[in-house]
Amino acid sequence: MAEYDLRIDYYPTHEYQDIKFRRGHVLPFGATMVPNGVNFSVYSSASTSCSLVLFERGEDEPFAEIPFPEEFRIGNVYCMIVFDLDFERLEYGYRMDGPYDPANGYRFDKTKILSDPYAKAIGGRDTWMAPPNWDDIYPFRSRLVFEDFDWEDDRPLQIPIEDLIIYEMHVRSFTMHPSSRAKYKGTFAGIREKIPYLKELGVNCVELMPIYEFDEWEHSKLHPDTGEQLVNYWGYSTLNFFSPKAGYAASGKFGMQVDELKTLIKHLHEHDIEVFLDVVFNHTAEGDHRGPTISFKGIDNKTYYMLTPEGYYFNFSGTGNTLNCNNPVVRNMVLDCLRYWAAEYHIDGFRFDLAAILGRAPDGSPLNNPPLLESLAFDPVLANCKLIAEAWDAGGLYQVGNFPAYGRWAEWNGKYRDHLRKYLKGEPGLVGDLAQAIQGSPWLYPTRGTTAGVNFITCHDGFTLYDLFAYNQKHNDANGENGNDGGNDNESWNCGCEGETDNAAVNALRQRQVKNALTLLLVSQGVPMICMGDEMGRTQQGNNNTYCHDNELNWLNWDLIEKNAGLFAYAKHMIAFRKAHPALRNRDHFTYTDPKQTGYADITFHGVKPFECDYSAGSRVFAWMLNGNYAKNGTTTDDYIYIATNMYYEGINLQLPTLPQGRSWYVSANTGIIDGNCCFATGVEPLVTNIEQFTLGPHSVIVLLGR
Amino acid sequence: MGFNITSEITEGVAKLTLAGSLDSSSASMMQAEIQKVAAQSPTALVLYVSQLEFMSSAGLRMLIFAKQKLGTTVQIYIVQPQGQIVDTLQMTGIIHSVHIVDNYPA
Repeated sequence: MAEYDLRIDYYPTHEYQDIKFRRGHVLPFGATMVPNGVNFSVYSSASTSCSLVLFERGEDEPFAEIPFPEEFRIGNVYCMIVFDLDFERLEYGYRMDGPYDPANGYRFDKTKILSDPYAKAIGGRDTWMAPPNWDDIYPFRSRLVFEDFDWEDDRPLQIPIEDLIIYEMHVRSFTMHPSSRAKYKGTFAGIREKIPYLKELGVNCVELMPIYEFDEWEHSKLHPDTGEQLVNYWGYSTLNFFSPKAGYAASGKFGMQVDELKTLIKHLHEHDIEVFLDVVFNHTAEGDHRGPTISFKGIDNKTYYMLTPEGYYFNFSGTGNTLNCNNPVVRNMVLDCLRYWAAEYHIDGFRFDLAAILGRAPDGSPLNNPPLLESLAFDPVLANCKLIAEAWDAGGLYQVGNFPAYGRWAEWNGKYRDHLRKYLKGEPGLVGDLAQAIQGSPWLYPTRGTTAGVNFITCHDGFTLYDLFAYNQKHNDANGENGNDGGNDNESWNCGCEGETDNAAVNALRQRQVKNALTLLLVSQGVPMICMGDEMGRTQQGNNNTYCHDNELNWLNWDLIEKNAGLFAYAKHMIAFRKAHPALRNRDHFTYTDPKQTGYADITFHGVKPFECDYSAGSRVFAWMLNGNYAKNGTTTDDYIYIATNMYYEGINLQLPTLPQGRSWYVSANTGIIDGNCCFATGVEPLVTNIEQFTLGPHSVIVLLGR
Repeated sequence: MGFNITSEITEGVAKLTLAGSLDSSSASMMQAEIQKVAAQSPTALVLYVSQLEFMSSAGLRMLIFAKQKLGTTVQIYIVQPQGQIVDTLQMTGIIHSVHIVDNYPA
């Protein structure tokens, strides 16, 4: 920029210890590069003074600490432009003074240097599990980032939500196992190396478990019996909402985690794969009154946290504190944050952890019209982002089916998970619930359509899909909590033997059950989500809460592809099947009518005989047929599709529905086939020769095509 | 560790030779050289980096700057980079925007 182009407000007016500065701009919050300087802006309503603390990267002591002159405080915002800083080497923080009066919500502590809530990168955990300097006077240091990444023509993909197949994954777990053979194990770059695998599997959306900067050392401990190091592995404990986790970047030690993550997203987009982030706005890493002061607690405790009348922390998150999301300042921070990720990182969608908290008032009560959820739904920058709620919290607020959606929000469908699990293990009386689940839960979402629900049977919380059929009880000894952690309502079934076994019949049944589950998930209306590794039979050895393990309990063992080749082939087949058949991907609910007068309604229900569905308490057989003339709610055409399920322990004979003249039934998948292929590629599906008597094996599912 | 850079243009090809450490304190030197050669609209940019021992994010930024300054049709060749430099380019994905070669012309 030519000297004469410089604005007058980019010249210094003040000097302190040889540092030149001037009054800054109140917005945007955070540290923003301006010509020859950096604009610092931070909100604090109750502090009495504030200093900007500046460090050379990695130095123990700051090289400068500049008090904000009183005239640099506008309203409740301190702002200052500092000149001639080395953007790349700079680390900064704030020191706030004010009352320490916890009973009234104030916890100012001027001995602490505080991270900027709007920092775009955080230093201090640059390399995963590198031993920290526990004596550091400022352990989590705010840094600047450059915004010059070359996105070329990239933009969010905007794949219709009903066409998505979501793959929930953990960045480190995906490639950390030696069997991944990735060069950059456990990192964003490692995922990029595995894009060909994701393409082969066929998923078109990855949902990354938390990648906001967190401290893997938080609550770290040694297992009391084994001495094993247990850590904050999953990362559901945010240090800073705007910063990607440096330890997830192979280049994090060079401070280039932003570039590495953006490169990953750009390459996933090039391969038609959307990127969702699992975001945790319900609490922070600062814990309760016994927790550390890192940022929010020392900047404006009363604004950022929900507090009891006595000044303690409400704990609707189960982790010590609760972010005060419906305070207007915090609400704006959440909005600013999501806009930043959508605009600067091209994120396609967000899954909100314990999202019911986002609908609570500052006193903890549920709001009828939560302003944050409404703001997110109608935000112009987020207009094309998918918004998905985990519609419950640890305080007992369960909103599956009635989460405030504003025509925009989808939900993790926890009821789908529970009903599918019960039906699959052969529990009686579930046919009606299954019928709802496979239709996209119309009773749950009568006006919101099928895409209100993200269907899943497993996720990071709980058993893997293989373990769901290998364990009756959780086995969480390795977590060092005497078995008190993890849910007990797993609705699992070990198929006759707890844990690993040489019993061939048990193992065959487990494989079949996993295939049954994948089949139902991928033929259900709604948005399917697969948990990383379920396609190859990943096990956590019965542990249903592996939040603390940086080891093979979490790392994906890629050798399972070879070990469970049949399962992997089947998973790929069913994903391809879903993508090939628009009849499985309606946006609106079925009408149970036949306005095109084809002879069949859009969906019909069956039992061992056509059109005779058995909803009785003891029934474990259910079938349904989709009329391809009503694919995508009648906007396109498809084959007829018939799916039958048998969760009896014995085989049954089915009579199949008669197809319109000229069409025949072909077998696309039959999990009951014990030897050989149980799925068949397009064009080579075996013809069904006797529709009067089709034998469906015990605990089996078939998928037939009528064409 | 210092930084040294020289530049020349031969038959329309801009050639920069880099040595030492390319970081925030030295990136401005490279930026100036890129701006200088860009003014002559080169058909290609060749960076001789066998003596370049370290490249920080500011150095990476200079590659992005060069790409944007010269235009997407001007190819960038990086000749004989050390392993650590290649790693950095790979991890951040910038390797897809440049050509790593042993010699120029090959």
